[in-house]
This record gives sequence, structure tokens and C-alpha cells, in this order.
Amino acid sequence: MALKLWASSAANALRISCSGARTPFPAFSISRCFSSVIDGLKYTSSHEWVKHEGSVATIGITDHAQGHLGEVVFVELPESGVAVAKGGSFGAVESVKATSDVNSPVSGEVIEVNPKLTETPGLINSSPYEDGWMIKVKPSDPSELNSLMGSKEYTKLCEEEDAH
Amino acid sequence: MNLLRMSAVPILEQLYLEERLLRTSVDNWCIVNDRTSRPTIVMGISGFTGGGTVIVDDGTVFVSFICNKNAIPGLQPYPHPIMSWTGQLYSEVLQGFGDFHLRENDYAFNSHKFGGNAQSIIKERWIHHTSFLWDYDIKNMEYLKHPTRAPKYRSARPHVDFLCRMKDYVPSKSTFIERTIKSVGNYFLVKPFGLDDITTEPSCTLPHSTKLLTRQELEDAYSSQSAQQSSENYGHQHTLPQLRSSCLPDEKKKIVCHPTKQLLEKETAGSMIVSDSSGAVVCSF
Repeated sequence: MALKLWASSAANALRISCSGARTPFPAFSISRCFSSVIDGLKYTSSHEWVKHEGSVATIGITDHAQGHLGEVVFVELPESGVAVAKGGSFGAVESVKATSDVNSPVSGEVIEVNPKLTETPGLINSSPYEDGWMIKVKPSDPSELNSLMGSKEYTKLCEEEDAH
Repeated sequence: MNLLRMSAVPILEQLYLEERLLRTSVDNWCIVNDRTSRPTIVMGISGFTGGGTVIVDDGTVFVSFICNKNAIPGLQPYPHPIMSWTGQLYSEVLQGFGDFHLRENDYAFNSHKFGGNAQSIIKERWIHHTSFLWDYDIKNMEYLKHPTRAPKYRSARPHVDFLCRMKDYVPSKSTFIERTIKSVGNYFLVKPFGLDDITTEPSCTLPHSTKLLTRQELEDAYSSQSAQQSSENYGHQHTLPQLRSSCLPDEKKKIVCHPTKQLLEKETAGSMIVSDSSGAVVCSF
């Protein structure tokens, strides 16, 4: 993904020169969101997506998030049966030098966990909206979905973040 | 930003404290620990921070930043921006002492690493933890095998050619620490804190994501895994996830073990080599 390439090349190319002047924190020169956003999903401001079909909500992290996190090397997931709360952490994604909490967009009970992520955590990078799904939840309050962002709103959020 | 200065606090205790501050405090923190009290192997990194396996001892200086996600204007709470900001800070600190570079995820003079980093990012806060090699014991380093996952700039160099000691570049530890604090003051209003000022809650329910492995647990993990695996020509290799699953089921843990001096010096066929995707450490027994 373009964003992932940018992130890794920026990291490799960074040369912090020793200057006496204290400059404000430099912004990266990226001005638009290159990551993909899927219509029909709902999004959180912490970059998780949720697909609501019937009584099942499938949850993962967005393309924007995986691009910023870098190569995923380990995924921590809950077990089936565990309760999750809207906005609360349910697991973590570990990249080479960082681990980042993943938060649930909805409250409910975990009914399924993606078994492929143990062996192939990189699915989160290569297929964040499909094969890289993380958990499926039975929502306890489907009305919580109404307060989440749609694709247009989320795209705007990504663009605003990357414009900094 | 609250500045907490400590000395000779065991790394395990530091990690517990940092985790508590990350998850339960609303303040920004800078924690400086001038050395850990006993040699410790810190392996992998799930549930807390990224990174590989390191041996830390009394030649290591630790500096951690715990920040709210909006603490630094314009800084997005992701690994690379955070790393970049710390790189800028330390370039100010080390100006004039060496040719400082942020190399991928490491701090280096030219291409010799002296600082390793790890991060944890939660919803509204993040922590960036650095272990600085003020000095190190070459014998300890020899126990670390060449990692399978290494930064490109390492170029397959052995530890002795890849690493350097900060003390060969900076006049004293206190120079480094004082300059770091001064540099932090360019970004934050620094408020000194003592360890005693942080009240310990007797009934803290926060589960630790760091665990001290006992020798028995290591032996049990070795026994359960070696029965299933055929040995390689360099000894039995156990992946960190396997060790996690056998020692620490159902919980996210970073593993810390305290080898004694005798264990570190022992090189026998009874050694167990534990490796993860980032490196390997010998836990001898």
C-alpha cells in the first residue's frame, strides 16, 4: 500500500541533523489519504471498522491504521465468549517496534475470532477489510452503530490526520 | 510533564510502574532510570512494547516517555511519528557528541546502535521506552544470537561491530541525563516527581503484562516442547509464541527472567535457546 511504503521509506530515510535551532515538529509532506475506505462499513475515530450483518458484527482495523502501524508480526485476540465494551480495548496489534491496542466499536459478546491471524498476522496488512478481520461480535445494543462514522466522514478524518 | 528520576530500580519494577502510569494516569511522564539493579533478559514483546530480545544490566540507562495523544502538537500517535519526534529530541541532546542518527527504529552514532526502542499505543496515550547502552558487558552480548529479523542497516554485522557504548561518546551519564531533561523542557513544562510521590494503591487490579519467568517455568516449557521437536544442529529452538503458550496461557505477557551470574557463564549442552522472530537469548540451566 502506498501509505505503508511511505511509512517505511520515511523511517529509513530519516536523518535528523544536529541544528542549533529548535524547529517546530516537522510535518510529513503527505497531503491526502492514500488508504482505502470501504462503503457500507462503519468506522471509529480510533481506526477500527465494523460490518453489521444481521446479528453479527465483524470488526477489524482499517487500511489507514495498518499502513501507519507497519508490518504486523503478532496479534492478540480475546477468546470466544468474552464480553467487549464499546470503546474498550479487546486486543492488540504488534508491529516491529510497537504494540497498539485495538478497541471495539460496539458492546457485545465475542462469538468468533479469526484463526488465521495466529499464523499469518500479515493478513491485517494485506487484507485489512477481508481476510484480516479480527473478531466477530454479537452486539448487545445495535443502536451503538448509529454513532459511528460512515465512509465519507471517515475518509475526511484520515485526510485531516495525514494533513498534519 | 512529570519527571520521575530513579536509580537502580529493577527493570521489572520499572515496567510495572510504566504500565500503571500509561493506563491509569492522565498526566504526561518522563521516566529516567539510571541502571537496573541486576542483569535481566527481557524477551519479546507482546502486549506491551515492540522489539526484540535484550540483556539489560547496570550499564543500561532507561528513558521512557508516556504522553497523551495530543501532548505534542501535530504529532500523530503512530510508531513512526513518535519515533521521529524522539529522534529529534535526542539529536538535540547529543549534538556535538557524535554523528547521531535515527536508523529505522534505533538510535545510532553513524551506524553503530546505542539505543533500542519499544512502544505501546493505547486509545488516548502512548509510551516510548528506550534502553540506552551507556556501557555493556561483552560477555552478556555474546549470549545473544544473531537475530533473524534485523534492521537493514545492521548488514549482518555481529553484535560487537553493530553496537557501541555511549560512554565512548558522551563525557558522563549525568551529562546525558541532564541534557535530556533540558531538551524535554523545550517541549514541556517539567515538574519533578519522586518515586515516593506516586502513591501505590494497595488493591490495584491492573493485570501486569510483564511476567518474571521462573527457572521452573523455563524448564517446563523446554520439556514440553523438546518432546515434540527434532533438534537442529544449533540446539533446540523454541519460538517465543510457543514459550508464551506453554508458560503463560491466555494472557498477554512480556517475559523477563533473571539469570544468575553462574547461569550466564554456563555453556553446556543443557542450555536452552529460546528464540523469537527478532532474536534469541540463551537461558542456561
